[in-house]
Amino acid sequence: MTQLPKSTQKKLGLVIDLDTCVGCHACVISCKGWNTQNYGAPLSDMDAYGGEPEGTFLNRVHSFEVAREQAPPMVVHFPKSCLHCDDAPCVTVCPTGASYKRVEDGIVLVNEDACIGCGLCAWACPYGARDMDGAEKVMKKCTLCVDRIYNENLPSEDREPACVRTCPSNARHFGDLSDPESEVSKLVAAREGFDLMPEQGTAPVNKYLPPRARDSLDIPDLASLCDPVPGDETTPAAKGFLGWLDRALEKI
Amino acid sequence: MPSQPAPDLSPQVSDEVRKTTCYMCACRCGINVHMKGGKVAYIEGNRDHPVNKGVLCAKGSAGIMQHNSPARLRAPLKRVGPRGSGKFREITWDEALQTAVDWLKPLRQTAPEKLAFFTGRDQSQSFTGWWAQAFGTPNWAAHGGFCSVNMAAAGIYTMGGAFWEFGQPDWDRTKLFLLFGVAEDHDSNPIKMGLGKLKARGARVIGVNPIRSGYNAIADDWVAITPGTDGLFILSLVHELLRAGKIDLGYLVRYTNAPYLVNAADGPEKGLFLRDADGKPLVRDRNTGQAVAWDTPGISPDLGEGVEIGGVSHLPVFRHLADRYLADDYAPDQVAERCGVSAARIRAIAAEIARVAFEEEITINQPWTDFRGVKHDKMIGRPVAMHAMRGISAHSNGFLTARALHMLQILIGSVETPGGFRFKPPYPKPPEAHPRPHAGHAPGQPLDGPHLGYPLGPEHLLLNDAGQPKRIDKAFSWDAPLSAHGMMHMVISNAHAGDPYPIDTLFLYMANMAWNSSMNTSAVMDMLTDQNDDGSYKIPRIIYSDAYSSEMVAYADLILPDTTYLERHDCISLLDRPICEAEALADSIRWPVVPPDRPGHEGVRPFQSVLLDLGARLGLPGMVLEDGSAKFGDYADYITNHERRPGVGPLAGFRGNGDGKGRGAPNPDQIARYIENGGFWIDHIPAEAQFYKPWNAAYQDWAVERGIYDSPQPYVFNLYSEPLRKFQLAAEGHGHRQPPDHLRARLIETMDPLPIWYPTFTDDVTDPAEYPLHALTQRPMAHYHSWGSQNAWLRQIHGHTPLYVSGEIWRAHGFKKGDWAILSSPHGKITLPVVRMDALNPHTVWTWNAIAKRRGAWALDDDAPEATKSQLLNHLIHELMPPKGDGLRWANSDPVTGQAAWYDLRVRIEKAPAGQSVSHPHTGAQDSPVPPAPQTVAQHVKD
Repeated sequence: MTQLPKSTQKKLGLVIDLDTCVGCHACVISCKGWNTQNYGAPLSDMDAYGGEPEGTFLNRVHSFEVAREQAPPMVVHFPKSCLHCDDAPCVTVCPTGASYKRVEDGIVLVNEDACIGCGLCAWACPYGARDMDGAEKVMKKCTLCVDRIYNENLPSEDREPACVRTCPSNARHFGDLSDPESEVSKLVAAREGFDLMPEQGTAPVNKYLPPRARDSLDIPDLASLCDPVPGDETTPAAKGFLGWLDRALEKI
Repeated sequence: MPSQPAPDLSPQVSDEVRKTTCYMCACRCGINVHMKGGKVAYIEGNRDHPVNKGVLCAKGSAGIMQHNSPARLRAPLKRVGPRGSGKFREITWDEALQTAVDWLKPLRQTAPEKLAFFTGRDQSQSFTGWWAQAFGTPNWAAHGGFCSVNMAAAGIYTMGGAFWEFGQPDWDRTKLFLLFGVAEDHDSNPIKMGLGKLKARGARVIGVNPIRSGYNAIADDWVAITPGTDGLFILSLVHELLRAGKIDLGYLVRYTNAPYLVNAADGPEKGLFLRDADGKPLVRDRNTGQAVAWDTPGISPDLGEGVEIGGVSHLPVFRHLADRYLADDYAPDQVAERCGVSAARIRAIAAEIARVAFEEEITINQPWTDFRGVKHDKMIGRPVAMHAMRGISAHSNGFLTARALHMLQILIGSVETPGGFRFKPPYPKPPEAHPRPHAGHAPGQPLDGPHLGYPLGPEHLLLNDAGQPKRIDKAFSWDAPLSAHGMMHMVISNAHAGDPYPIDTLFLYMANMAWNSSMNTSAVMDMLTDQNDDGSYKIPRIIYSDAYSSEMVAYADLILPDTTYLERHDCISLLDRPICEAEALADSIRWPVVPPDRPGHEGVRPFQSVLLDLGARLGLPGMVLEDGSAKFGDYADYITNHERRPGVGPLAGFRGNGDGKGRGAPNPDQIARYIENGGFWIDHIPAEAQFYKPWNAAYQDWAVERGIYDSPQPYVFNLYSEPLRKFQLAAEGHGHRQPPDHLRARLIETMDPLPIWYPTFTDDVTDPAEYPLHALTQRPMAHYHSWGSQNAWLRQIHGHTPLYVSGEIWRAHGFKKGDWAILSSPHGKITLPVVRMDALNPHTVWTWNAIAKRRGAWALDDDAPEATKSQLLNHLIHELMPPKGDGLRWANSDPVTGQAAWYDLRVRIEKAPAGQSVSHPHTGAQDSPVPPAPQTVAQHVKD
């Protein structure tokens, strides 16, 4: 069994905006491309062109519908990757110490050299955020692009996770969630960011921003703008279109 | 606790970054291709690029798998089995090119029209069109006719530009955004980036779409409209805005033809504008009550009253417009049921448009001068922006629906004003500034002008003396007078029928016409293989160029294998479909970041270079020197040195000595300068020229300097379209060029100079009891066309085509998880898996487009879900309407532009018998000209 650090110096993580995510999977594939070339074993695709292709992905987007009583159903696109939990059960369950949480930034990583591919961590993770690689038989997971965010070979503006850099709708944000003054912390505060499945007691670092209210266009009040009341001389419906037009043209 | 491992936090990302342009869809983002050891290792977005500013979609990032695809062709192929079998032998390039010359040379010398050359998602249309013009065939076009020509043509005729490549919402300023129909498949990253900007500042997004997926999922308000009724919904919004007086009268007076007087006297001029002796349209001056030229200084044009001449009262355009749309026919209560949107909701949306446009007005303190010489001290914006694409376009009422949408934008004064919709250079460009279509052909001669254009009246139709269409696709005939992009979807059926005439060689590029790019796919496959009594094919010869083993490959006789997009030169040209931004002129290139490499085989060549080689071998004008030798070594040579007009060539940047912008002599270092600059060139529009472009003197002068126009071209927007009225007049019996009698009534109805709505042709003839449902397709954001759905990474995101049905349908048919459905139209049946989705218009079912594959194609295994659990709705959609008893077969197209009416489809659904496990129909299998794909892919490119 592997120990978690008592505390971490930073809590680096993602803030994912469910109000803005269009479900385009850009993050999924950008992640796949970067991590196939970098950290550890490449992300393989088994039966890549066959009947049951099954590849390793560190980030996936799920889409689901939300039924509502008095309003049309909502559709939510839900990107999901490792949440780099403070109380990460995937670490404590690891028999070899391969899974660990970094003291300096809180990133949860797998040391592939020490991973025996037992899969216990994937069972322990309540979020299903780990993928056993079909070809290498080692456990793969989101590294928060630990090999990008500190990478001195990258320009400073590119030192962020690949999924954040590529997200076309700017639905993904990266930063230190232990710092209340960070942009991500402020975003979480302003938009009432929430923990995924807090009842699991994992204390995830990543946060989600909820979708804003949908289908809230205020029908009765606004509709009155287009339903002129008799005697209101500012509208053509009240006084006859041509008369209104003549007066309105005078004012141009 | 043991010490932490120390992973390498600063790995070398690559040896080199090569910056080029993506081609994973038509969006044309800038990409950084990271190279290791001479191989492509990783692709990301280019932060400096005007289109994507660093971001990249799933398709773009999966480009590496497209480049390494096992479906890549490896050598020219000559068919050795029957068409459709996929049996080929590899041949040399010499043999391939000689074969093509042997087929084409006699055609050019005797009957150039017997070559039909059509290109698909080609981004070199100004080049392929130029080639076809030199060959002399009238039969060339790209795929716009089956894509979004309704949108493009309605925009040009109404306001000199449409959406996407023509213009964009003012994402930084708009406060209310209305998105109509499916739009995820074009302008992909810019729309997502724009939505992100709106969301970041909490601007309201209203989505009008029968399906709440993709962008509509994040829309603040979702309008689950019934397919084909968008035009009626829009006209009802117009009705409400007129009733409330929430229209920008000053804008209409200054910048549109709203004040133009319409001739009301019976006769051949009825419905045209009253004009003075110089041909200038007349308006009524409110000061004098007299009719005077529209641009007379100091007048006050009227919008309500007309003038009386000879006892006839001639009213201004706006009066006709108001009379029409204020009628009760367009009242929310009248249209609500038909549109599937409540009257209260329609009123609320109209009110929100009115509120934002007029109560949240934007002012930019930027002086500017209009074309009349009037100085303005600020720019005033109505921050309501709109966008639409195929969703409203791919209907048989799509042209007028798109016109209605533009009319709505114009009525509130939100076109080319801050916060509204902005043109991208070289647009705005009114129909008058575009060419007319040409089809004058003669043996051994080039065509008499460009193929495509914008007719201004019946005199510009491409008809011979007998009134028959000159083009094989019947574009610019009475069937579809304004078919500005041609009608590629009609080529195979017309060529098969020899109607209007037989052809000899069908030459296609990058268009999967034997599969998902054709209506009625099964029948098209039959047409391509149909034989005469002597065993010869009805379409005698087919040449095809593709980079991959597509379905269409199996149906061709000669294959000219293309490179991938990372192996060739391209130019995204201002002469073509540019990548400009509203605030800047821009173009870009592709260049071979890796050489084409197909070891052990003859190899592949970039299609454009092959076309130049063929052109030289055929001795086509412009492609040979005086001694008959080839003028251009390859496409890069053409890009650099070709001049369309003196000083104006395919690329606008770094011309002459390297400083030339838009104009300048060819620069031998031009491509090198583009590469050095990240693959693109950008030139910002001056601040005073940023808005009001059609009327802004500074913009007009800047556009002339940059070679966009040769003289200033200010114009006013066409709320009322005089060219449409001219076709209507002909149908009423005026003029010497007359339509066939059977088309008169339809032309009178649909060539209306003010937008109208009519039910789609399919809805009009469909018994709702028999076919109660609408069926749509969407292209997933993670795919583009067949190419994307064979990509090893992308096919894991979407690998089959479930039919999504509402809970109501699910319950009514007793569907359970894992069931299959049979979907029927008057033309056929398909079987596919069924899935429940409630966020739908209740009368609509849908599935993904272009995922289904034929067995044997694309190097996929025979049990791939693309072949076994996927189906094309194309099988249900005929290019002709069902017979309606008048002895005629009417096209399933928009009657104005000929756009394929994909989204008019009506269907019936049944539960498939238990035990269904494979989708139907089974379209046979083709042999693969490429070897089986690898089982496992795990590519880690090493230095």
